[in-house]
Amino acid sequence: MREFISGNEAVAEGALLAGCNFYAGYPITPSSEIMHIMARELPRRGGNFIQTEDELAAINMAVGASIAGAIAMTATSGPGFSLMQEGIGYAIMTEVPVVVVNVMRVGPSTGQATKPAQGDLMQARWGRHGDQALVIYAPSSPQEALYITYRAFETAEWLRTPVIVLTDEFIAHGREVVEYDDLKPVKRRLQTKPEPPFGSEDPTKVPPLPPLGEGFNVMFTGSTHDEWGYRDVHRQDVHFRLVKRIWDKIWMNCKDLFLYEVYGDEKADVTFVCYGSVSRAVKSAVDMLRSREVRAKLLRLITVWPVDWDVLEKEIEGHVFVPEMSLGQLSFDIERFSKVRKINKVGGGVPIYPSEIVNAVMEVLR
Amino acid sequence: MSKHFARKYLREEVLPSTFCPGCFNGIVINAFLKAVEELNANLRKVVFVSGIGCSSWIPSPHIKADSIHTLHGRAIAVATGVKIVRPDLNVVVISGDGDLASIGGNHLIHAARRNMDLLVIMVNNLVYGMTRGQASPTTPIGLRTTTTPYGNFELPMDVCRILEQTNANYVARWCISNFFKLKDSIKEAFFMRGFRFIEVYAPCVTYVVRYEGKTAGEKIKELFSTCIPRELVDKAPQGKKVIEVGVFKKEDKPGYIEMYSDYRRSIA
Amino acid sequence: MPFKIDIDKELCKGCGICTSICGRSAIRMESGFPRLVGECVGCRLCEFYCPDFAISVEVIV
Repeated sequence: MREFISGNEAVAEGALLAGCNFYAGYPITPSSEIMHIMARELPRRGGNFIQTEDELAAINMAVGASIAGAIAMTATSGPGFSLMQEGIGYAIMTEVPVVVVNVMRVGPSTGQATKPAQGDLMQARWGRHGDQALVIYAPSSPQEALYITYRAFETAEWLRTPVIVLTDEFIAHGREVVEYDDLKPVKRRLQTKPEPPFGSEDPTKVPPLPPLGEGFNVMFTGSTHDEWGYRDVHRQDVHFRLVKRIWDKIWMNCKDLFLYEVYGDEKADVTFVCYGSVSRAVKSAVDMLRSREVRAKLLRLITVWPVDWDVLEKEIEGHVFVPEMSLGQLSFDIERFSKVRKINKVGGGVPIYPSEIVNAVMEVLR
Repeated sequence: MSKHFARKYLREEVLPSTFCPGCFNGIVINAFLKAVEELNANLRKVVFVSGIGCSSWIPSPHIKADSIHTLHGRAIAVATGVKIVRPDLNVVVISGDGDLASIGGNHLIHAARRNMDLLVIMVNNLVYGMTRGQASPTTPIGLRTTTTPYGNFELPMDVCRILEQTNANYVARWCISNFFKLKDSIKEAFFMRGFRFIEVYAPCVTYVVRYEGKTAGEKIKELFSTCIPRELVDKAPQGKKVIEVGVFKKEDKPGYIEMYSDYRRSIA
Repeated sequence: MPFKIDIDKELCKGCGICTSICGRSAIRMESGFPRLVGECVGCRLCEFYCPDFAISVEVIV
C-alpha cells in the first residue's frame, strides 16, 4: 500500500494492522483524528469503539477490555496523558497489555493545544508513582509511526505491559507518502489451564494472561500481590519480588527493545542526540555540516525507554548537542556521558531549523 | 457438622475476613450468594469488578470467581471495557458510596446514561470506612465524622433519585435489614439487560453505628422500622427519620450492548 | 422438627448480630460465642445475617 497520509492516520493504520479491536478515547487536540478513524473503522471490522466521558474512563475501559481479551488502545495528548497516569500504573502493576498514544503538544497545562512540543518525555517515563517501568517508542515521521505503532502492540503482548507511542503535532498533522505491507495481527497469549498469572521462577518468562469466564477464578488487583493474585500488603519479599520482576521484564530485555538509528559519520567530532520530529531538521543539519567537512553524526533514539546506555556510551563523542522542542529533558540523560549543549525551542509551532542547528555548531567549532 | 450456605462459593483460605466484627458487608455477600443459589446461576460466567473501599473487598478476594479489583472510582469504567468485549459474561460491580458516587461519580452517571449492561451494587455505609471514617457524599446532615467533627453541614446526595432520572433500566434501594428483599432484588436484576443499580443502605458499624452507641444487631433492628417502602413513606409519622426503600424504576429498554450491536449491523 | 445451630469458632468474631436477629431470642453470647439457649425453629435468619459465615442451622437427626 502507498498512501499520502498524516501521522495520526498512520498511527491508526498501524494499530488496525496490528489487530487492534478495541478503542476507548476522549477527544483532545492534536490526537482526535486517531479516534475518528477508529470510530469509522472498528465497527465496520467487528471491533469495539467507545467515546468516553473523560480520559480516566478511556484508559480504564481500555484496560478492562484488554483483561477481557481485546487488543486495546487509546490516544491522547498532554492534559489527557496526565489524567491517564494512574490507569497506566494499574496496567503496569497487573501486567495488562495496552497501547497509549501521546501526541505531544505545548504544555504545561492547557498550553498551546495545536502546537507541537517534546515536553512529556520524563512524564512518559516516570509519571506513575512507585517503582515501575514500561516501554516508550518515539517515531519521527508518519512512515515510521505506522510501523512503530504496530511494534508497540507486539511489545505490549510480548511483555504484558502498557506501551507508550510518543509523537507530536508535527508528526500527527504532517503528511507524507507512507508505504506499508500487510502485517500479521498480533496474537493474545492465553493460559490453557490455570497457572500463576503474576510471576514465574524465570524473570525473563512472562506468563500468558488468564482468560475470563473459564472458571480460572482469576484475581486482578492493583495492590501488591503474589503469583496467584492474592493481595499481600504485609510481606516485604512478596512486594520486592513483584516490582523487581516487572522492572526487570523491561530492563533485562533492553537490547531487544532499544531501537535507534545512527546517521552520518561513524566517527564524528559532533554528535547530535535527539528523538521525534526534531530528528528531521537534525538530519538536514548533519548533511549541511558534512558538506562543510565537519564530521557529524546523529544518534536518533526510536525507543526512549528503556535506554541501552552502552549504545550512548559508544556513540557519543566530540561536541554533543541535544536539540529538543522543550527546555531540555533528554539532555539530562546525555549529560551523564558528556558536556551537553542544548538546542531548545518550544512554543508557537515554530520548528528548530537546520540552519539554527548548524549555526549553534559552528559557534562552538570556531 | 453443617457449614454456612455461602461457604461453598467463597475462598476458604481468606477467611475469616478482614471486615470489622459486625460489618454489614458480610450480609451483602450472603444476600448475593443466596440469590445466586436460588437462581442456580453459574459464577463461572460472572466477572466481579470493584474499586477501593471496604465494600470493594466483598467480591475480591472472598467470592470464588473471576474478579478485578481496580483503582478508586474506576470500577464502572473497567467493567464497561470488560462487558463490551465479553458480552456473554455477567459483569457485576460491587463497591461503595465513596468509590461509586464520589470519585467515580462521572462513570456512574455515564454508565446509567448509556444504559450499560452492568449490575452495580452500591453498599452505602455513609462514610469512607476504610480510610477511617471521613464524610462522603451520602453522609447525612449532622453526622460527626473524622472530617466533620462538629457535625456534617453539607447536603448529601440521594444516588437512587439521581439515577432514576437517567436511562438506567433498574434502580432500587434496600436497607441491610431487608435481607430477603435485597436477595429478591438481586435475583430480579441479575439477568436483566441494561444498567441495573441496587443501593444497600448499610451504615458503617465502626464509624457510624458505634458512635450512635449501638451494636450491629441493634442497628439492624432499628432499621426494620426506619426503612419504609416507597409506597408508604407518605404515611410515616411527621418528622420521623425514614429511609425510603424499594424499586425506583424498572424498565426493559435495550442496553448498550444491543444498541451497539444494532449500530454495527446498520453499517451497510 | 427440631433444629440446632452450628458455630465455626474459627470464623465467628463475636459480633452478636445473631443474638439480636433471632426472632425467638433463642441465642445468647457466652464467652464471646453464640449459644442456643432456647428453641430454634429453623428460620435461618441468624445464618443469613451472619457477616462471617460462622453460624449455620441444622436439622437434628
